[in-house]
Amino acid sequence: MGTTIVRRWMLRAAAVSTAVSAVVLHAGGSGALAAEPIRIGAVLSVTGSAAFLGDPEAKTLKIYVDEINRKGGLLGRPVQLVLYDDGGDANKARTFATRLVGDNKVIAMVGGTGTGTTLAMMPVFEEAEIPFVSLAGGIEIVEPARPFVFKTPHTDKTACQKVFEDMKLRGFTKIALISGTDGFGKSMRNQCLKVTGDYGISILADESYGPADADMTPQLNKIKNTAGVQAVLNPGFGQGPAIVTRNYAQLGISLPFYQSHGVASKSFIELAGSAAEGVRLPAPALLVADKLAPEDKQKAVVSEYKKTYETATGQPVSTFGGYAFDGIQLLVKAIERAKSVDPRAIRDELEATRDYVGVTGIYTMAPNDHLGLGAESFRMLEIKGGEWVPAAQPR
Amino acid sequence: MAEFLQLVFSGLTVGVVYALVAMGFTLVYNASDVINFAQGDFVMIGGMGTVFLASAGIALPLAALIAVLAAVVVGLLLHRLAIEPARRATPVTLIMITIGASIFIKGVALIAFDKQFHSLPAFSGSDPIAVAGATILPQSLWVASGALALFAGLSLFLKKTLLGKALLATAANRLAARLVGINVAAILALAFGVSAAIGAVAGILVTPITLTRYDVGTLFALKGFAAAMVGGMGHPFGAIAGGLAIGLLEAFGAGYVSSTYKDAVAFLAILLVLFVMPRGLFGGRSVERV
Repeated sequence: MGTTIVRRWMLRAAAVSTAVSAVVLHAGGSGALAAEPIRIGAVLSVTGSAAFLGDPEAKTLKIYVDEINRKGGLLGRPVQLVLYDDGGDANKARTFATRLVGDNKVIAMVGGTGTGTTLAMMPVFEEAEIPFVSLAGGIEIVEPARPFVFKTPHTDKTACQKVFEDMKLRGFTKIALISGTDGFGKSMRNQCLKVTGDYGISILADESYGPADADMTPQLNKIKNTAGVQAVLNPGFGQGPAIVTRNYAQLGISLPFYQSHGVASKSFIELAGSAAEGVRLPAPALLVADKLAPEDKQKAVVSEYKKTYETATGQPVSTFGGYAFDGIQLLVKAIERAKSVDPRAIRDELEATRDYVGVTGIYTMAPNDHLGLGAESFRMLEIKGGEWVPAAQPR
Repeated sequence: MAEFLQLVFSGLTVGVVYALVAMGFTLVYNASDVINFAQGDFVMIGGMGTVFLASAGIALPLAALIAVLAAVVVGLLLHRLAIEPARRATPVTLIMITIGASIFIKGVALIAFDKQFHSLPAFSGSDPIAVAGATILPQSLWVASGALALFAGLSLFLKKTLLGKALLATAANRLAARLVGINVAAILALAFGVSAAIGAVAGILVTPITLTRYDVGTLFALKGFAAAMVGGMGHPFGAIAGGLAIGLLEAFGAGYVSSTYKDAVAFLAILLVLFVMPRGLFGGRSVERV
C-alpha cells in the first residue's frame, strides 16, 4: 500500500517536473501563427554548476524566439522553443535529447551548454540527422567535423593563437604556463602546447593547480624562480584565475601576465581586485561593446544584443548569452535560406553560412569547419582602472 | 631559503583554514560521535552571509556578527530537526544525515544567495608583508591569530568550564552522563551551535583569501575531515596539527615535487600516517569508546 502511494506520488511529481521543465513559448496574435509551429529544441544547464553559462543562454533563446514570433514567425509559421534543463548532468542531457527527437519532433537544436553534455547528446542528433548547434567551448565537438554538429563559441585553440600572436608582437618567446586541472584549463593547455611551434614560443615552466585550490603561491614561486621567463599565461576558469592573479601580485612578479577568455567576465575583475591591473586576455567584442570603433563590423550587432538582453533581463550581458544569440541566429538564417524545415536542407545551409556577423565573431563555415571563427574574432583586452580596454598594439 | 619560507607561508595559510574546520569536526565528534559533514557549510554561511549583509549596507563587523549568529541558528536547527529525531540511530546513519543536511544547506544557499563567487575586502589592506625574501598577506595573519584565539577558547571551555566538562562527559559515556544529571540533548545542541560558530568565524576570516560561493563547503569539509583524521579525531590539538600538516604537505608537494601531484602527495602522507598510527598523530592515548 505504502509503496503504491509513494510510487503514484513520484509519478505525479515526475509528470509535473517534466511539464515545468519543458518551457513552451509562443506568442499568439497574428494570423500566421495559427499554422503548425516550427519546433526548435534546446537542452541547457540552467541550474547546477554551469548555471552561470546556461542561465543567460536560456534567457537569450527565449528573448529571441519571442521576438521572431512577434515579427510574424519564420516561413510564416510560429517558432516554438522546447527547452529542457539538464542541470549540467550529461546523462540527463542525453535523455532530453532523445525526448526532443522522439517526442517533441524538433527540426533543429541549439545548445548543449557544456562540452560534456554536448558530447553526450551528439550521437542522438547525428543518428536522427537533425542539425545541432552547440554552445560549448570544447574543440572536440567540431574536430573532426561531423555532418550535423555545429558550434558557436570560440575554441581554446583560437584563444591560444590570439595570446601567442600578442606575445610574438611584444617579442616574448619564452613563457610559463600555470593551468587549472579542470576540463577547461586542461583542454586549453593542450591546445596551446600544440600551437606553440607556429609562433616560435617555448614553454619554460608548466605548472598546474586544482580548480578549487585556495593558494597558488607555491606554483607561482617556481615560475618566479625560473630563469628566462618573459611572460606568463594562465589557462583557467572560475575563481582559480582570480586567486592566481592575486597571488601573482602578492609575490610581486612583474612579468606580463595573460589570462584566458575563461575569465572574460566582470566578476573576475571584482574578485582579483587591484591585482588584475595590467592583465591581458583574449575576449569577444561583446565585452567592450561601448569601446568598439564606429567602423567595427560587429559594433551594430553587439550593441543591439547588449541593449536587448539588458533591457529584457535587467542583468549585465555575458559572452555565454552571446553564444546562444549566434546559435539561434545562424539557425534562423539557415532556415530562411533553405525555405524549408527539412533538417537536411537546414544542415546544408548552416554549412554554407558565409560572413554572418554575430556577437561572438564573423562566421564562415565550411564542410570541414563547423565553427567558422578564426583568431581575429577575439580582441586582445587589458584591464586598466578596473575596466576592460582594447590592449595597445605594439609597433 | 626564500623559496622554502614562501612555501611555509603558503602551507600555513591554507593549513590554518583546514585546522579551523577540523576543530568544528572535533567538537561535534567529541559530544556525539557524529562526524558532521555539514561543517564546511557553516564556513560557507559565515562567508556568504557576511558578503551579502555587507553588500546590503550593513557595517562589516555587524554583518560578520549576524552571519555567525545565523550559522549558529542553522547549527541548532540541524541538531534539533535532523540529528535529535534520529538519536537512536547508529553514528553511520547520523553521518549520512549530516551529508544530506549539507546538500540541503547548499541548495538553500544557492537560492538565498546566488551562484557567483564573492570576496570580502581584506581586514587590514592587501599589501603583502615581505619577510626574508618571501611574502605573506596581512589577512593570513588574521586567519592565524583568529585560529589561535578560537583554539585557546575552545580548550579552555572544554577543560575549565562546567559546561565544557559536561560535554566531555557526554562524549565519554552518554548514559552515565545522563545519570549524573547532565541534559544530554542540550549538550549536543551546544556542540552543534559552537561548532557552527567556529566554522562561520573561519569562513569570515578566510573569504578575503580563498573567496566563497554556495558550494565551497564541500572542499572545506573534505580537507578538514582529513586534517581531523591525521591529527586524531576528537583532539583539538590534533585538529590544529593535522590541518597545518596537510597545508604544508600540499605546499611542499606543489613547490618541490610537482603541482600535478600536489594533492596526491598530501593524501599519500595521510595514508602513511594512518597506517603507522591508525588513531592519528594525537589519538594514541585515547580511551576506547564502547
